[in-house]
Amino acid sequence: MPVYYYIFLAVALFSIGVIGVLIRRNMIIIFMCVELMLNAANLLLVAFSKMHQQVLGDIKPTAASDAQVFVFFIMVVAAAEVTVGLAIIVMLYRNTHSVDVNFLNRLKN
Amino acid sequence: MNNSLQIVWLIPFLPLIGFLINGLGRNNLSKTLAGLIGSGVILASFLISVYVFFIVKDGNTHLAHYFDFINTASIKVGFDFQVDQLSSLFLLIITGVGFLIHVYSTSYMQAEEPKDFAKYFSFLNLFVFSMLLLVMGGNYIIMFIGWEGVGLCSYLLIGYWFKNNDYNNAAKKAFIMNRIGDLGFLLAVFWLLAKLGTADYHEVFANTAKLTAFDITGITLLLFVGATGKSAQIPLYTWLPDAMAGPTPVSALIHAATMVTAGIYMIARSNILFTMAPATQTVVAIIGLATAILAATIALKQNDIKKVLAYSTVSQLGYMFLGLGVGAYTGAVFHVMTHAFFKALLFLGAGSVIHAMGGEQDMRNMGGLKKHMSITHITFLLGCLAIAGMPPFSGFFSKDEILAAAFAKNPAFWVIGVLGALMTAFYMFRLYAMTFQGKFRGTTEQEHHLHESPAAITFPLIILAILAVIGGWIGIPEIFMQGGHRLEAFLEPIFTQSNVIAAKHEMPHVTEYTLMAISVLAALIALVYAWNKFSKYQKTSTEEAGIGKVLANKWYVDELYEAIFVKPLQSLTAFLTNIIEKNIIDGFVNGVGKAVNYGSRQIRLLQNGLVGTYVLLMVLGILILFIIQLFL
Repeated sequence: MPVYYYIFLAVALFSIGVIGVLIRRNMIIIFMCVELMLNAANLLLVAFSKMHQQVLGDIKPTAASDAQVFVFFIMVVAAAEVTVGLAIIVMLYRNTHSVDVNFLNRLKN
Repeated sequence: MNNSLQIVWLIPFLPLIGFLINGLGRNNLSKTLAGLIGSGVILASFLISVYVFFIVKDGNTHLAHYFDFINTASIKVGFDFQVDQLSSLFLLIITGVGFLIHVYSTSYMQAEEPKDFAKYFSFLNLFVFSMLLLVMGGNYIIMFIGWEGVGLCSYLLIGYWFKNNDYNNAAKKAFIMNRIGDLGFLLAVFWLLAKLGTADYHEVFANTAKLTAFDITGITLLLFVGATGKSAQIPLYTWLPDAMAGPTPVSALIHAATMVTAGIYMIARSNILFTMAPATQTVVAIIGLATAILAATIALKQNDIKKVLAYSTVSQLGYMFLGLGVGAYTGAVFHVMTHAFFKALLFLGAGSVIHAMGGEQDMRNMGGLKKHMSITHITFLLGCLAIAGMPPFSGFFSKDEILAAAFAKNPAFWVIGVLGALMTAFYMFRLYAMTFQGKFRGTTEQEHHLHESPAAITFPLIILAILAVIGGWIGIPEIFMQGGHRLEAFLEPIFTQSNVIAAKHEMPHVTEYTLMAISVLAALIALVYAWNKFSKYQKTSTEEAGIGKVLANKWYVDELYEAIFVKPLQSLTAFLTNIIEKNIIDGFVNGVGKAVNYGSRQIRLLQNGLVGTYVLLMVLGILILFIIQLFL
């Protein structure tokens, strides 16, 4: 499969993520959109690593694994981020009985 | 080089120690102790100076290098002391006369608080220290340190009674006038450094050939500007009469032993440069002569005893500059020496009179003091005779030498000089007759108070009177006695270079006798006339009119300076404070503050607490970066 299939898919996923973050007010949805963006990036990394392996595999045996190791890092970081983020959302819900992101401006003053 | 001269550093060091002890311990020292320390260190310096003098007399000179003062790639200035004939002579004058003034002060300042008494002596010591540094420095930079030091000390001492605002103004005037001159001096030193890379006397004088005529003329003119400030010549002389605000011994110290002789010393030291710049010499001679005459005319009409003496100092300094200008360097230095004796004597005598009169300085309220103060009277009379140039008193020899040299240069100089000498005799004997002759014109209370001063005051007077009488005998002209001019022989090595360039003028003996006779006769006539006229002086209430009024008001020079310099400067500062400072500078500073304030208030609106806005802005930012990265 040509690599640009993956690129189009990743761009589509990323754009959906960005637009979701921008227009939705529900924090959980926003969260999921952020995950979507991260996964779009992951998808690209994997796709490019496969491509590189085909091109450079003979010269550089680690060409495929470099980027894929990076993907695992991103997954770990995303998991950690989710725990923190969900904890914040839980706290927010306890205080405001809502997960609407616009209520966060009550933090000021 | 002579090893026994290695102790010269003690000469300025001792007064410095005295200054530190008296200055730091002023709250704990008793008056006796402060006076003893103050005078003792000067006496010790004087004794060392005498010792040094006798070694230098045998032709030994000493150049000591202590440490590097400035050391850069191109300029090296050492902290050097140079002791030779010229400086050793000045050392004697400064420490000798200075010591007598210190002794005199112990009695004169007795009315002060112990704290102020010690402060006074610490200032005096610092003054002597600065002056010693000035004459002992081995280069122009060290000289400049002393040069500034005496300026500072004159400020401190003139403003010693700082609770009186007039005195403070006089002190400020002295300091500022001196600073104007100092700028000229400093520029001259920079010029020398730029052209020769050195400020050491011996190197500068050895390398004069490297300087163009323009350089030499410029340097000497700037040096002379410095000298006009320090030595009170036109146009910077007005500080000196105002310097009378200080205690009388301070006036004596400033006018006789130190400070005002600094300019003469500097030019005598740089004689080779001045000899190579005939244009500057002419300027020096003319300024000197003009000052001599101007100050003498002012002195004719002053009624304050110290003011008369102050203007006579300015006038005598004018004669010294005339001597320097016509190339009679020995004569000028000689006159410095004799002047130190008789002017210190006159000032201290005047101080004794003021002391007896209970602070009264107006001669119109004096008179007939000879009955009450015999020692002061006799010594003062001797001082007057000396300054009037009567033979065989000291002033005659030195003044005559200068006038003879002036005649050789230009007979017109001589005529004006004799006119000044005539006025000198007149105003000095006006002063003498009004003070000591005739009837007492003060209050009866003052008359009861009249008394001869204590020994600490009369002792210096007697010593100085003896010196004022015999001091001139070391410079007897050749026509009276072969080899009589011992001072000239002594100073010969200093002026060798100049003498090669400008040979001494020889004149027929008949001419010299005639000149001498005319000047002495003129002075004698003025003397007798003044004595007769002012012995019968009666207080009148009539105002001076015509030329007398102009003279009594000092030719309105102070008013002229006020109008030309002070007033425009004041309006300029008023303009700067009220318009520039208030509107432009303050406006700019306040404007910056206001702009930041306003800007922050606007930018604060962006932080509205809505997460959506933040994210939107973030995405927009990323997009912009993305576009820049891709397309630009």
